Amino acid sequence: MNLAFRDIRHNLGRFVLTCFGLSLLLGVVLSMIGIYRGLVEDALTLARSPQADIWVVESDSRGPFAESSRIPGDTREAIARLYGVSAAGAITYQSVETKYGAKKLRLYVVGYELDRLGGPDKIVAGRSIVRSHYEMVADRRSDLSLGDRVPLGRNMFTVVGLTENRVASSGDPVVYLSLRDSQELQFELAPPAARREMARDEGVPGINTVNTVIARVSPNVEPDLVAKAARQWKHLAAMTQMEQEIILTRSVVERARKQIGLFTAILLTVSTVIIALIIYTMTMDKLREIATLKLIGAPDHTIIGLIIQQALAMGTIGFAFGALFISSVKDYFPRRVILQPDDGLALAVAVLLVCILASALGVRLALKVDPGEALKG
Amino acid sequence: MSLNGSHTLVEARGISKYFGEGDARVDALREVSLKVYPGQVVGLLGPSGSGKTTLLNVFGCIVEPNTGWMSLDGEVVYDEGWLRSDLRRLRLEKIGFIFQFHNLLPFLNCVDNVAIVLSLAGFSTTQAKQRSVELLEYLEVEHRKDAFPAQLSGGEAQRVAIARALANRPRIILADEPTAALDSARAGIVMDLLRKVAIDQNAAILAVTHDEKIYDRFDRIFHLRDGYLDIEQERGVTEMTQD
Repeated sequence: MNLAFRDIRHNLGRFVLTCFGLSLLLGVVLSMIGIYRGLVEDALTLARSPQADIWVVESDSRGPFAESSRIPGDTREAIARLYGVSAAGAITYQSVETKYGAKKLRLYVVGYELDRLGGPDKIVAGRSIVRSHYEMVADRRSDLSLGDRVPLGRNMFTVVGLTENRVASSGDPVVYLSLRDSQELQFELAPPAARREMARDEGVPGINTVNTVIARVSPNVEPDLVAKAARQWKHLAAMTQMEQEIILTRSVVERARKQIGLFTAILLTVSTVIIALIIYTMTMDKLREIATLKLIGAPDHTIIGLIIQQALAMGTIGFAFGALFISSVKDYFPRRVILQPDDGLALAVAVLLVCILASALGVRLALKVDPGEALKG
Repeated sequence: MSLNGSHTLVEARGISKYFGEGDARVDALREVSLKVYPGQVVGLLGPSGSGKTTLLNVFGCIVEPNTGWMSLDGEVVYDEGWLRSDLRRLRLEKIGFIFQFHNLLPFLNCVDNVAIVLSLAGFSTTQAKQRSVELLEYLEVEHRKDAFPAQLSGGEAQRVAIARALANRPRIILADEPTAALDSARAGIVMDLLRKVAIDQNAAILAVTHDEKIYDRFDRIFHLRDGYLDIEQERGVTEMTQD
C-alpha cells in the first residue's frame, strides 16, 4: 500500500497547487539556463555565420566584436593573395537606432561585399541583396517584413530578404547591407561636417574603411599559418575562428554569463529552501498520523518513504510542468532562450537531489515524533 | 498465578515511572503490579494525573518504566530495561490500540485503514483487504468500507478503529477512552463489541476511562491514585489477581 500516493490523492487540490507554485519556480530556473545558453549562442552566431577560418583586424586589437577595429578597405585584396586563402571578404559592423513608423528599432548592421564572404548564410524568405544600393536583408526578430522601407542614415532601405535567429551579442537583430551602403552609413560625414572639412582645406575623408576582413582557407592548410602570415603586416592583427570564439565567450559575454550563472545558483538554493519548507509543513500537518503509524507498528522506512516519495513526486511534477510552461512561452522572451535536452536532464537530476536533500528536515521531524502523541486528545 | 489455568496476557511487577528530576520530579507510577488474563475486559480508572495513561503507554511499550518487570502474552519484555529493541514490531504483533478519537488515517478509506496493519505485518494486498472486509463485517460496518474517516459518524469511526486494532489478531488490546466521544447507546455497543472480541479471540482488553456509564461493562476495575494502584474491584467474572 503506497501511503504517499494515497495521501496525495486525498489532498489532490492542495498538492496540485503546491506543484504549480513549484513549477513556476523551476520554470524560472530553467529559463535562466536557457537565457544563458541563448546569450552564448547569440554571441557566437554572428561570428560563426560567415564560416570563416581567419579574422584580420586592426593591429593590437581584439576586434571586431570585443574592441573597435578599422583597417583599409583594400586589405581584403592583400589577404586574398595569401597562400592557402580560398576566399575573403571585407565586413563592417555597427549598431544603429532608427524609427520605423511609431516604433524605435535597434539594429546591428553588417555590411558585406556582395558575392563575397560575410553575407547572410541562409535566407528564409525573399532573396539576397543583388543591387549595390538601398537593399537590406533583415532578421525576423526585427519584426520587419519583405518590402518594408526603413530609414538608415540619410537613405531608405527596402527589405528584400529575411533571416532567422541572426542577432548580435547584445540581442539586437542583424540587418545586412551592401558594403558600400554600410560604409556610407558608418564613415560618411554629414553634409554640414563635410562642408566644414572642405572649408578648412582638409578635404573630405575617404570612407573605404572596414572593420575586419575574414578569410576561408583551403583544405589541408592550417589556419594558424595563414594568420601568422597576415600578422607580418604591422598594421594588422589576425586570429583564427577558434580564437575569435574564445574572445566572444570569455570577454564579450563573460560578465553576463557569470551574472546569470550566479542568479541560477541562487534560484536553485531558493528552490531548495522552499521545497524543504513545503515538505516540512506537509510533515507537520501529518504528525498525528505519523504518531499513529508508529504506534500501530510501522517501521521508520515506511514513514521515511512516505515523506521522500511525496517530495520526489512534487519535484518531478513541478519540474515537468515548469519545463512545459517555459517551452511554450520561450519564444515570447525578448532574447533567445535555448532549452537543451542535456540542460533539462541535468536540472531534473538536480531537482530530484534537492528534493531528497530538502526532505531531510521533514524526515528528521517525523523520526522524532513520539508514538504516544497518538494517544493525546 | 493463573486464572483457570491460562497464562497471563499482561503481567506487571513493581513498575515505577517518574518524569523530571529533583524538585521537578513527578512520580507517575509507583510500584504498580497487576495481572490480566485472557478474555477479560479491564478498566483503568482514576482522576486526572493519577497515572492511567502512563500505565497504558507502558503496556503499549511507548514509555519505558524506570524500574520493574513486565511480560506481554507470556514474553518478558521489560526487566529493568527493555529486552527487545524492535518495540514497534512487538506492538504490531501483540498489541492493538483503540484511541479516544479513533485516529484513523484520513487519507485511507475504511478498508485500507484496517488493511494497513496487515500490510505492515507482511500480508499481501489481497489477503489484507479480504481480512479487513471480514473484520468490518464482524463489526457491522462493512457498508461503509469505501468511505473515508471524515465521512463516518463517531460510532462508525470507532468501529473501524476497533477493526484496525483487531486486524493482526492481537492478544492484548489497549483502549484509551474508547467511548468518550460517543453517546450512551453507542458507548454500550462499543463495549459490547469489545467484550465479544475478548471472548472470541481470547484476548485481554485494558481500557482507560472516565466514562461512568460503562463501569458496569468491565470484568475488573483498577483504580489508580497518585501513581499507586489503589483499589481493585472484581465484578464476579474473575478472581482477584493482584499479588
